[in-house]
Amino acid sequence: MDAEAAKLLGAGFAAIGAGLASIGVGNVFAKFLEGALRNPGAADAQQGRLFIGFAGAELLGLLSFVIAALLIFA
Amino acid sequence: MAAEGKVDPMHQFTIQPMFGSDGWNIAGYNVAFTNSSLWMAIAAALLFVFVAGGAKRQLVPGRWQMAVETFTGFVDGMLAANVGANGKKYVPYIFSLFMFILFANFLGLMPLGVLGLHPFTFTSHFSATGVLSILSFSIVIIVGFAKHKLHFFSLFVPHGTPALMIPAIFVVELISFLVRPFSLGLRLFVAMMAGHVLLEVLSSFVISSGNANLGLFAIAGVPSFILMVGICALELLVAGIQAYVFALLTCVYLNDAENLH
Repeated sequence: MDAEAAKLLGAGFAAIGAGLASIGVGNVFAKFLEGALRNPGAADAQQGRLFIGFAGAELLGLLSFVIAALLIFA
Repeated sequence: MAAEGKVDPMHQFTIQPMFGSDGWNIAGYNVAFTNSSLWMAIAAALLFVFVAGGAKRQLVPGRWQMAVETFTGFVDGMLAANVGANGKKYVPYIFSLFMFILFANFLGLMPLGVLGLHPFTFTSHFSATGVLSILSFSIVIIVGFAKHKLHFFSLFVPHGTPALMIPAIFVVELISFLVRPFSLGLRLFVAMMAGHVLLEVLSSFVISSGNANLGLFAIAGVPSFILMVGICALELLVAGIQAYVFALLTCVYLNDAENLH
């Protein structure tokens, strides 16, 4: 296979990572909402932890974007 | 860029020297006043005006003072929740950081293009966000070593770790600590860049389908435009969330330095 074609294919495959990260981010908010509806009184205090979890899940999806960009442009 | 018939989504991130300053050199390094510096200056100036307009210390605050106090109260609460009583002294830093990133993110999304201006999101460059994250990381290291001396290294060995596990845990914790400035800067930069590329790609669909013919415009252009309006709203949310996450993670890291776990 041509090296350029392999690069573009790899960049396309990196989109799988972005899709999987969307599952992760969805999971973070879904579980938070699940817990928050059971105990609304404790929900507000946990918002910081919610966003830390969101940031962690999101970062890994963004990394796949970085890899795709590196494959195409670098 | 539309002249070649193809829209280049990365063109919006080009850094250009402005006002004929491209020849400015200090010790062999080019220090031209670029469009990135211009928008940093605009963000800082707007932030100054915003805070100065609200710093009136009235007993019954007006609308503007209320707006500023909402933000300072928000940052204050974030530090109190994550760092505790020791966190009070970081309120100016976290407030500046949060508001600067927030203003920068929102300025880049402003529809100033209709006025002929070219809004530039400098938070979509790793050189800008990387410096901000190194700033946060240095504060964590300086505070940690100043406050706990060499005892700060116990950060890498959590309480109750079995002796057998200490070498492995130490390496893992050390790596996770050293990766922080990269992940902090990378998150903001990629989130902003990805959003702007997405908007540009969708707008190129609208433009090129409109140039082609009316049928194609109805099939591809109009749905792209509707999607673009939705994505714009999403980007406004992301701009706020990324500024919040940057400030929040800085608070969490400061907590490690202030109160060793």
